[in-house]
Amino acid sequence: MLDIKNLHVAVGGKDILKGLNLKVDAGQVHAIMGPNGSGKSTLSYVLAGRAGYEITQGSISYNGEDLAALPPEERAAKGVFLAMQYPVEIPGVTTMMFLKSALNAQRRSRGESEMDAIGILKTVRKKAAALNVSEDMLKRALNVGFSGGEKKRLEILQMALFEPRLAILDETDSGLDIDALRLVAEGVNGLRAPERAMLVITHYQRLLDYIVPDRIHVLANGRIVAEGGKELALELEAKGYEQIVRDAA
Amino acid sequence: MSSAALETKETVAGLGEKYKYGFITDIEMERAPKGLNEDTVRYISAKKGEPDWMLEWRLAAFRRWLSMKEPSWARVHYPAIDYQNAYYYAAPKNTPLKQSLDEVDPKLLETYKKLGIPLHEQMALAGVAVDAVFDSVSVATTFKEKLNEAGVIFCPISEAIRDYPDLVKKYLGSVVPVTDNFFATLNSAVFSDGTFVYVPKGVRCPMELSTYFRINASETGQFERTIIVADEGSYVSYLEGCTAPKRDENQLHAAVVELVALDNAEIKYSTVQNWYPGDENGLGGIYNFVTKRGDCRGVRSKISWTQVETGSAITWKYPSCILRGDESVGEFYSIAIANNYQQADTGTKMIHLGKNTRSRIISKGISAGKAQNTYRGLVSVYGKAENARNFTQCDSLLIGGECGAHTVPYIESRNPSARIEHEATTSKIAEDQLFYCLQRGIGQEEAVALIVNGFCKEVLQQLPMEFAVEAQKLVGISLEGSVG
Repeated sequence: MLDIKNLHVAVGGKDILKGLNLKVDAGQVHAIMGPNGSGKSTLSYVLAGRAGYEITQGSISYNGEDLAALPPEERAAKGVFLAMQYPVEIPGVTTMMFLKSALNAQRRSRGESEMDAIGILKTVRKKAAALNVSEDMLKRALNVGFSGGEKKRLEILQMALFEPRLAILDETDSGLDIDALRLVAEGVNGLRAPERAMLVITHYQRLLDYIVPDRIHVLANGRIVAEGGKELALELEAKGYEQIVRDAA
Repeated sequence: MSSAALETKETVAGLGEKYKYGFITDIEMERAPKGLNEDTVRYISAKKGEPDWMLEWRLAAFRRWLSMKEPSWARVHYPAIDYQNAYYYAAPKNTPLKQSLDEVDPKLLETYKKLGIPLHEQMALAGVAVDAVFDSVSVATTFKEKLNEAGVIFCPISEAIRDYPDLVKKYLGSVVPVTDNFFATLNSAVFSDGTFVYVPKGVRCPMELSTYFRINASETGQFERTIIVADEGSYVSYLEGCTAPKRDENQLHAAVVELVALDNAEIKYSTVQNWYPGDENGLGGIYNFVTKRGDCRGVRSKISWTQVETGSAITWKYPSCILRGDESVGEFYSIAIANNYQQADTGTKMIHLGKNTRSRIISKGISAGKAQNTYRGLVSVYGKAENARNFTQCDSLLIGGECGAHTVPYIESRNPSARIEHEATTSKIAEDQLFYCLQRGIGQEEAVALIVNGFCKEVLQQLPMEFAVEAQKLVGISLEGSVG
């Protein structure tokens, strides 16, 4: 589904990713782990198509298509979803209104008919209940005054609503206490499906106790330096990034 | 249809939604000779079949105007207006005094249709009575009967001068005096139409009243005069929408609106102003110099202004409230959008004269392109206004790096018990907000519209339902092409 080859990315003229290779198949959950500044967030942004992240070399193939050639909103319509580390506040726009606008924009882009307000409301309510997203949150302005846990739960709700093919979770565990973490992880696990691939980006091993990946990649200095099964996370926890990076070199 | 008009229509069609009201209706017009002198004033008065007292009132205003200077304190720049090189009266030929819509020129009705005004039976469903002002003459007034039953007078001001001279004499110029300012005085001399509303004691007006203004003839100024009087214990909500065709020359619009609320009465006045703003290079567009003022004359009276200003090359407008009656309330809710080369200098004045008077100002200014947007407001508390309270919130949103937002609040308090709060913010549409929307599949234009509508929400909520939807769309259309 996702095939990244020799990817080089510069931000503000500075090289961040320096020859990254990564392949993720449908139905799999891969984790990207790495120390601060290794390029984890850059990878998530470049996949989502954020402005200012310049691909200087290499390619990203998504279901056989050149992902880099698509504007970000088309990537979204084609099933690329990024759960953000810092979800953004939009004052005055209710969460429900935002979800409706986004869902219908994606549907329009795919040539599907728009869903009416009542249909969307029903769908959202059903999915919200499972993630402990309250009715009140849906009525409030998007992310405004939300706690860290509420923001992350809303990201997962959007993931459940949009049913993406490729879901990227960027440090979804940051700022969560253990109960919130468990809830978010349950939400993510509930969305594991044969047709869906997930890329879980995290700094800590902790999240992977709850979301067990098929494969772990260690990102350091803009490259994948180590790969392995879920046991690699425990090794990382024991040895620390420095040791692993040194071993790989 | 003349070839020029046809060409304009095609050009507009090519522009798509950019300014969809930019068509011209090809109807033979009757005009006063170009220029402005006492004869012009007499011509207009005669055309309207006005009584002598009205002509005298106009002439006095005209003589006064000759001695006045155009104000220059606003943060707007434009070449000098040549008042002698414009027409002051234009009316569709052979249209006055129609008995029913069937007699109205079909082209005129076609124009209304394009504007989206439901003039026929749809009106009953919409529950809106429209006094449509086409250039200077009202051609169709609907729903009169239903309003008559309630005792509400809703008619063109020329008709009111003829049929209700005592009411007009009592209120005309009583809120905005003839001598008030350059543009108001000019309007007093040459106003050619407008609307008159009187809601009798204790009556809640059974429907939203609405007037659609449209400037059609070229080089014609539109000077409408509107008076709304809410007698004791009454309520009325009035909606005003404005559009004008696309033209390369600038056109002057200098209206005067006077509101009077007596004891326990309430007036809600909503405007969606979408006059032609000029093109992307700042060519053409309406000069909108408007004086709007409400007088809360009675105790516990309330006047509420809501405006969505997206059009005009220049907007110079300060809908104000004189809080004369004890415990009276004044409100001003404003959205002002300036894109490309538009200049907006708008705000309000809240004059607290009575005890326990309250005012609330919510202003949302949005600047994009190379536009300049100024909020200018005065809160003044007089010595006898015990316990006056004001809350002001001025928020500015900038889109792109070449526009400007300015906030100029004046506060005067001569009573120590006054409580005046002022909050102001300036923000930009953040790149991360846009990216978040894009990532969720919402395209750039829609994302900007969504974020700006969110920014304006408190004001949009004040609009009557049927206007709110139009206004939301307008916010999006006005800002098309402003990002990226």
